Amino acid sequence: MKNPLSEKVLSIAPSGIRKFFDIAAEMDDVISLGVGEPDFDTPWHVRDEGIYSLEKGRTFYTSNSGLKELRIEITRYLKRRCNIEYDPIKETLVTVGGSEGIDIALRAMLNPGDEVLIPEPCYVSYLPCVVLADGVPVTIQLKEENEFRLTKEELLEKITDKTKILVLPFPNNPTGAVMRRKDLEDIAEVVIEHDLYVISDEIYSELTYGEAEHVSIASLPGMWERTLTINGFSKAYAMTGWRLGYICGPQKIVEQMTKIHQFAIMCAPTTSQYAAVEAMRNGDEDVQMMRESYDQRRRFLMHAFKEMGLKCFEPFGAFYVFPSIAEFGLTSDEFAMRLLEEEHVAVVPGTAFGACGEGFLRISYAYSIEALKAALARIDRFIKRLKAEQAAK
Amino acid sequence: MREQILTFLEKNSKIDLGELAVLLGTSEEIIANEVADMEKEQVICGYHTLIDWEKTSSEKTTALIEVRVAPQRGQGYDSVAERIYNYPEVQSVYLIAGAYDLLVILQGKTLREVSNFVSDKLATLDAVLSTATYFVLKKYKDYGTILGKKNKDERMLMTP
Repeated sequence: MKNPLSEKVLSIAPSGIRKFFDIAAEMDDVISLGVGEPDFDTPWHVRDEGIYSLEKGRTFYTSNSGLKELRIEITRYLKRRCNIEYDPIKETLVTVGGSEGIDIALRAMLNPGDEVLIPEPCYVSYLPCVVLADGVPVTIQLKEENEFRLTKEELLEKITDKTKILVLPFPNNPTGAVMRRKDLEDIAEVVIEHDLYVISDEIYSELTYGEAEHVSIASLPGMWERTLTINGFSKAYAMTGWRLGYICGPQKIVEQMTKIHQFAIMCAPTTSQYAAVEAMRNGDEDVQMMRESYDQRRRFLMHAFKEMGLKCFEPFGAFYVFPSIAEFGLTSDEFAMRLLEEEHVAVVPGTAFGACGEGFLRISYAYSIEALKAALARIDRFIKRLKAEQAAK
Repeated sequence: MREQILTFLEKNSKIDLGELAVLLGTSEEIIANEVADMEKEQVICGYHTLIDWEKTSSEKTTALIEVRVAPQRGQGYDSVAERIYNYPEVQSVYLIAGAYDLLVILQGKTLREVSNFVSDKLATLDAVLSTATYFVLKKYKDYGTILGKKNKDERMLMTP
């Protein structure tokens, strides 16, 4: 029999989370801080609109690019919140989550051998999607001393004459890092000078705290024509299961992405699109409420870490903190595994998001204060035990 | 700041003030002072507990009573409202814009007790023109809380 599998697919490593998941799933008292999605339910008025669309029998395909009224709302939203203007008909495509946007953007733009710069630690799908699109992933190791922001120097160091795309995943999962306007201006300068394109994954754009307002790189001078902006409904509106996102950019790229989308997906789920129209029209207050709640939990966690002596830079975005556990003499993987086995607390080792995540953990605060408190008590106990072990050595 | 404190206290009056200070990014002292001031100013009028009496062995009957009243010269509805709200079994009295004037929420042990109250005490007041009584059969949600619903986290344990 012939080998049924593609060598390209075989070359992709499975997710680093799997083995933790399998062990955690067997425990009945596990507290997980390992989830990458909001703990809120989708606001009721949004769900209600989805239900209403089903009652009305709106169960057919929409146009490939998505409902026109949704695309109009998306462009209004981007103008209102991110100061970027797109044409709803020619420059906007509704996708199945932000994830599809990542995939089809890379597939539409890459030729074999083109290099894609990926700052790590980062979300897990950029690298495999580049490989699947015949590109060459080139990672940039971000540093804690820069609060995991991408610097001009780090970028310049990895640019070759094959570099075509820079992936910009901020606010960042897993570090919670945000790029400020000045940081982005530095990056934009290099991008323009070296004639690169940017895929800006801004799925967490609504979740920034303190004075760190989100800035879209496409809003900077000279960047609109070289940027694809990816965003979606999952994080801001607590709509992960609806699988709905969007990608906006210059017509010439969006047109080609639409082709892939058309043949691979047809269109994003119709029910979700109707619900999303409601979310964009009347959801600003929900977003605000959730943002405030995340911010409170963020402060709560940072305070607790300080009390227990766990080092952590203060992140201003998404809903993750990325504490350093280097001082305990364990790898991220060992630390996370022991924490799971001994205290039944599930967290994700930093290495699941790239090799430079070694020495860190991703802890999600998309949990109730009660759950966080219970988990922190266990983590505190675990850390004390580790310190005692170290002292005994 | 006050509004934020109140939002928390409204949902959980037992919250630890030190914890609240962390959540709101301020000091415990500031929170404690604000709370004390608001108590003094009667912005905060009390701390109650939301109880699902259905789950206990004690009998409680809740009734909503629409009351049409003749307002009194110089006092409007206030004096009749006061006569009604002074009864301890009256939980709430609201002045309503609409087909009737006062909405009275009453809690009694039995249907009989409630109807006796209406016929003996309420309907006999001079200013009361008419009443209509409705009995609550089941409370689904009270004070913003869905009763008897346990929130279960249905998310996958770990996702990237």
